[in-house]
Amino acid sequence: MNIQLTVNGKAQEKEVDARLLLVHFLRDDLGLTGTKIGCDTSQCGACVVSMDGKTIKSCTCLAVQANGSDITTIEGVAPDGVLDPVQEAFWDNHGLQCGYCTAGMIITTVELLKKNPNPSDDEVREGLKGNICRCTGYQNIVKSVQAAAKVNRS
Amino acid sequence: MTTRIFGSGIRRREDPRLITGGATYTDDVQLPGMLYAAMLRSPHAHAKINSIDITSAVGARGVVAVYTGADIEGVLNGIPCAWVPPGADLVAVTHPAIAKDVVRYQGDAVAVVVAEDRYQAEDALELINVDYEILPSVTNPEAAMKPGAPQLHEDAPNNQAFHWVSEGGDTEAAFSAADVIVKDTIIQQRLIPNAMEPRSAVATWTKATGELTLWSTSQNPHICRFLASLVTGLGEHKIRVIATEVGGGFGSKIPVYADEMITSFCSMQLGRPVKWTATRSEGFQSTIHGRDHVEYVEMAATQEGKITGVRSKIYAGMGAYLSTAGPGVPTILHGLIYCGPYDIGATKADVYGVFSNATPTDAYRGAGRPEATFLIERLVDLLAVELGTDPAELRRKNLIPKFEEGHDVISGLTYDSGDYEPLMDMVLGHADYSALRQEQAQMRENGHYMGIGVTCYNEICGLGPSQVAGAVGFGGGLWESAIVRFHPTGKVHVYSGISPHGQGEETTFAQIVSDELGVDVDDVTITHGDTSNTPMGWGTYGSRTTSVGAGAMVIAARKIKEKARLLAAHLLEAAESDVEYRDGQFSVKGSPDQSKSIQEMATMANVAWNLPEGMEPGLEASAFYDPPNFVYPFGTHLAVVDVDKDNGHIVVRRYIAGDDCGPQINPMIVEGQVHGGVVQGIGQALWEHAIYDDNGQLVTGSMTDYALPRAHLLPNIESLSTVTPSPHNPLGVKGVGETGSIASTVTVYNAVIDALRPLGVTRIDMPLTPEKVWQAIRQGHGS
Ligand code: FES
Ligand code: FES
Repeated sequence: MNIQLTVNGKAQEKEVDARLLLVHFLRDDLGLTGTKIGCDTSQCGACVVSMDGKTIKSCTCLAVQANGSDITTIEGVAPDGVLDPVQEAFWDNHGLQCGYCTAGMIITTVELLKKNPNPSDDEVREGLKGNICRCTGYQNIVKSVQAAAKVNRS
Repeated sequence: MTTRIFGSGIRRREDPRLITGGATYTDDVQLPGMLYAAMLRSPHAHAKINSIDITSAVGARGVVAVYTGADIEGVLNGIPCAWVPPGADLVAVTHPAIAKDVVRYQGDAVAVVVAEDRYQAEDALELINVDYEILPSVTNPEAAMKPGAPQLHEDAPNNQAFHWVSEGGDTEAAFSAADVIVKDTIIQQRLIPNAMEPRSAVATWTKATGELTLWSTSQNPHICRFLASLVTGLGEHKIRVIATEVGGGFGSKIPVYADEMITSFCSMQLGRPVKWTATRSEGFQSTIHGRDHVEYVEMAATQEGKITGVRSKIYAGMGAYLSTAGPGVPTILHGLIYCGPYDIGATKADVYGVFSNATPTDAYRGAGRPEATFLIERLVDLLAVELGTDPAELRRKNLIPKFEEGHDVISGLTYDSGDYEPLMDMVLGHADYSALRQEQAQMRENGHYMGIGVTCYNEICGLGPSQVAGAVGFGGGLWESAIVRFHPTGKVHVYSGISPHGQGEETTFAQIVSDELGVDVDDVTITHGDTSNTPMGWGTYGSRTTSVGAGAMVIAARKIKEKARLLAAHLLEAAESDVEYRDGQFSVKGSPDQSKSIQEMATMANVAWNLPEGMEPGLEASAFYDPPNFVYPFGTHLAVVDVDKDNGHIVVRRYIAGDDCGPQINPMIVEGQVHGGVVQGIGQALWEHAIYDDNGQLVTGSMTDYALPRAHLLPNIESLSTVTPSPHNPLGVKGVGETGSIASTVTVYNAVIDALRPLGVTRIDMPLTPEKVWQAIRQGHGS
């Protein structure tokens, strides 16, 4: 099937199998390997991308469902090479170790802070409960989110 | 001039590529003409394979090849076990990469399909027809040793893989003389490490040169190459293993697995690159599990509360085959540390390694030491109840007093350095322990159940002297090496054989080398993870990367500095003995204006226009560092929990981690390691459990069913530390990668049992799920 969509600001048109998952489309067809696959049961959030301004798990979405949409992956968060405050905050606050969950965490955080610019720690933790990190114990991720929130508000 | 950067929490240099999606993990590697492999795995725990029909799969769309156990016979050797503890009658059963006649656990590979894309490979798996004859199975290690249990391997009667006994002192005498003996049965449940990056391999065979390149999700690419050479029969010099970006391991990426070898085999057969990546559910079945002990443990003490003996009888589940380091975990890494931070006169570990129809077990964060700390600290709490004393004070009474240059314990180890009590005081003071106890008493009066767990631990890591490795049956050395090279422009490149995968050592190593050589930290590049451009090394596990890996760098850097100093003396026309080094500058004693920078020396050594007689050009050095001893970090952890007696729900209200890992190169990274470890340990106490049903089916075989710690379930961890340098390595550093998971499981467990004691609960099998807690409360005794 033919799909047309915008990924990180760039128009894409491709022939894809109807069953192709969006995450494989992004990784294998477009070479955007920053989006990760951590599970096969829609549990971990490693694959989170932003679709039309909402976070979705790209492992649970078909490429054809993304037809006509506007997608941002981790590669598109800092298009001009200037890091987003969320990226900076993860870097400053040791919000990552192996980095495998990080793309999903950052995209989720960007959206979370849009909805709630001034979250409590509990709200951050609730907001991240669909994203699994096995390395950090989450504490520095929460700290990173709060630091980014502060910068965004200032 | 540079300021010392050791001890500063600078941001990690790894992060820019990781926060922008620019890193290349194994599954991100795309090669022209690459094929995809998918494994067909046994759905049964134990079965005979009568026949396999691959005809339809071979003809399916996109399929390039299908291989079964018959195809690898005589081509791929068995997957070896590389840790054989001596004196334990270990049965080294053959572990074929693809099962041919019998499958022994759910997840055992029986065939591989190679196709043009992932989807086609997966599709074709369904077209393979295997005729299985189901055999009886057993997964519990204690049950597996009972008479009449299903047998896994002909050469291993009673499913006994080994029997390892280690005794220090006379435990029989200690227990017969004891005033008090406390006992417990502990189930160290099976856990699944679940690094977020699934295992993956990309193999590419270059026929013309006879060389294999293997991207592999490995914590130890050089060991991977070494074992791949044994399995494939290729010379090590013909194999290149690349593991530059690895998404967490926690021990699960130490082993060399069948899948990576099968992927290599496929590429060698087909002459095209082949990629295999585990799905998460596939990983649950085929990536190693951890723990799985059934333990009978007891502690002897005097009426005054002096601990005099600890002993155990343990059935340690090895799974269906012996994984790479599996047998070393419940033995060497466990039974030798039974004294913990206490002066105990007699210890004995009596460990049966047992085959069962389950996924092989191996090192999982802490590996043997969380189990040891758990049983010691559980028994100390029971002893405190028995003696009617405060558990923290009972611990204090038994702590080994401060020592700086080694302390021998009865189990046969020499602890490097320790100063346990001040850190304990710091933690108790920070928590306001006596206020917590008062609060607990008040809450109990009001029918609320709050509990406090206090753990004192130490652990053995920084593995380790190679001579000891040999003596304890580890199939390799445990030294590390490094090459430190000055480029002509004065920039520095370091090549290390060790292989961090999330621990941030690209940053900490650069800090160390920058300090040693007096160059800016940004002028130092660290390369690791690729066997083709790094010197031999044994890998990242056992909290050894910094203490051993950096040890090699420091020595190499010091060699360079000395050479540069001699060159400086020559160029300054000064006597060698008059030239001294300080902060990147060489100057003549007494005339500081006569000086040369180390960067200038790098240029002059590299151009080699004017070298002293006999000096070789270039400014680089390699060093091999074999540590003289292990390192022994230690600490005190404290947890406060609230248990809802009506529904069994547990909230970890506070968690305080006091750890001493020696001087901290980058405190921010140290703290991150503590957080991650503590949370994994809490996961074991409260949620995680690999459950097999009676037919050997893994019931918790996906992330939906296996409960991993999530953000909203956890408290902030309060970190404290003291600094007690190790006398045994150049930087005095100890490891910190595993301390959290070593201490936290029992800390939280003890807190929960402490909370429930008024309700008559003395023990609950982990994980402490609300249902189990609720049932234990209803029964009012140990469940
Ligand atoms: S990969 Fe999508 S949720 Fe895990
Ligand atoms: S940083 Fe490794 S999984 Fe989050």
